[in-house]
Amino acid sequence: MSQSAASTAALPDISGHSIVAERYWGRWIAVAAILVVLAALARAFAVGQIEWAFVGQFLTARAILEGLANTIMMTIGAMSLGIILGVVTAIMRMSPNPVLKSVAMGYAWLFRGTPVILQLLLWFNLALIFPTIGIPGIWSARTVDVMTPAVAALLGLGINQGAYTSEVVRAGMLSVDVGQYEAAKSIGMTRLKALRRIVFPQAMRVIIPPLGNETIGMVKLTSLASIIQFSEILHNAQNIYYANSRVIELLIVAAIWYLAVVSILTPLQMLLERHYGRGAGVGR
Amino acid sequence: MTNIPAATGLRPIVSIRDVHKSFGSFKAVDGVSLDVASGEVVCIIGASGSGKTTLLRCINQLVQIDRGAIWVDGELAGFRIDGDKLYHLPETEIARQRLATGMVFQRFNLFPHLTALENIIEGPIQVRGRSKREAVEEAHALLKRVGLAEKANSYPANLSGGQQQRVAIARALAMKPKVMLFDEPTSALDPELVGEVLAVMRELAASGMTMIVVTHELGFAREVADRVVFMDHGAIVETGPASQVLGAPTEARTSAFIAAVLA
Ligand SMILES: Nc1ncnc2c1ncn2[C@@H]1O[C@H](COP(=O)(O)OP(=O)(O)OP(=O)(O)O)[C@@H](O)[C@H]1O
Ligand SMILES: [Mg+2]
Repeated sequence: MSQSAASTAALPDISGHSIVAERYWGRWIAVAAILVVLAALARAFAVGQIEWAFVGQFLTARAILEGLANTIMMTIGAMSLGIILGVVTAIMRMSPNPVLKSVAMGYAWLFRGTPVILQLLLWFNLALIFPTIGIPGIWSARTVDVMTPAVAALLGLGINQGAYTSEVVRAGMLSVDVGQYEAAKSIGMTRLKALRRIVFPQAMRVIIPPLGNETIGMVKLTSLASIIQFSEILHNAQNIYYANSRVIELLIVAAIWYLAVVSILTPLQMLLERHYGRGAGVGR
Repeated sequence: MTNIPAATGLRPIVSIRDVHKSFGSFKAVDGVSLDVASGEVVCIIGASGSGKTTLLRCINQLVQIDRGAIWVDGELAGFRIDGDKLYHLPETEIARQRLATGMVFQRFNLFPHLTALENIIEGPIQVRGRSKREAVEEAHALLKRVGLAEKANSYPANLSGGQQQRVAIARALAMKPKVMLFDEPTSALDPELVGEVLAVMRELAASGMTMIVVTHELGFAREVADRVVFMDHGAIVETGPASQVLGAPTEARTSAFIAAVLA
């Protein structure tokens, strides 16, 4: 007792002192360095051989806006097809039926195992092996009429995406506790109803972040379809610079639009995450 | 069979006949026969790994039996009888048969993305096809019955273990099952929360519900159970009135187990 009292008495009284704010020297140095680099870059682009007036002028050119619309529509179409195929494939993969399981694994193996550019070329050139397609006796058409660049791009990108999405969906399904399947069964749900009502709403929390990633990837992946003459934004930008030789200006135009589209997707993803996060603790 | 209740004279609502279930070469349930009469409360006790959970899961077909037969409310579980052949039932039929039993899990297994009320109305609306208005009305009554009237809009994450388990009981009751199955409903709870769950179960037993309860709560078994079943190594060792099995067991293994639990 007496000893602790003695040591307390020996300590200086600091109750009247004020705390001096911390100085983050490292941060200030980093900010200064970044500003210098940015200024140098800005100067390089300003004095470089770029006609900024062209960039502004072509940003809203008709062909560019049409290309933008095609890029957005192809992203939506290919992701929708990819998600539908991915969900179906994941359910097949997780089913107790060995036939469905093998089909699902075969699909993922085939389409994840070949480059998407090769798949696009295959779809686009399908007419070389199947001149006509259809259901015998009911409907048929010339393959070249059906397999337009847009259809080939949709199939190529969407089916390839489905193979990847199936793994994302499967990871989400695996993240849900088996007790949830059992509780759903115990109130009389069939497997599919349990998946739809109980498992998927919970799996979404795990599925959405990687799926957001894949959607952003798809916005840019659509540019690959320019090689099969699909008139998305990069394809149209190229067509313009083949005519007027303003290569960098048009590439910058395309880059601005890609950035704009991707910037809109991020808050959309956050809204979805908030929706599917209900019931979970805050900030998770 | 000594397992068949002699005194009650009621028709059995669950009849288990020589049921076997193995996982690999391990016999989890090894030739169990048991009849449970309508309105009866049967408590199953036994050491960890003795096959109690597996037996319950066989009754509501979360586990497929290898051999034997289970009858629930007059229906053969999992099979259709045609002449002298048994055909596996399709999944939709098994889902329908499960409606005869309500299951309460050790770890509650509430749906975390749904509120307490939504957990309860999910089955009646999605499976029974009830109208939302009716289902909600009944769910409120059930929540009141388990003492959680004011927690209707809480998510499971914001409920205590005891409250979650009471919601889980209400969720099972909402399907209007003929038999309630409880798998150690209080063993995941803090000691001070056990009482509130047992109180709900006691009320349920008093209301005439048929209940099969796997439990380590010997006090509850002594007080509420019509019969106690002691299992060991997948088989029923001893069964009889609670006072006899718990008070004056005839089998050495039973008395050893009871002594170990009370110690
Ligand atoms: N799905 C399964 N796969 C493999 N083994 C299993 C499975 N389910 C149960 N078992 C085994 O069967 C045995 C009986 O398990 P069960 O869960 O029925 O015991 P229990 O009496 O409920 O035990 P506890 O009191 O610990 O809950 C255990 O040894 C367990 O490891
Ligand atoms: Mg158990």
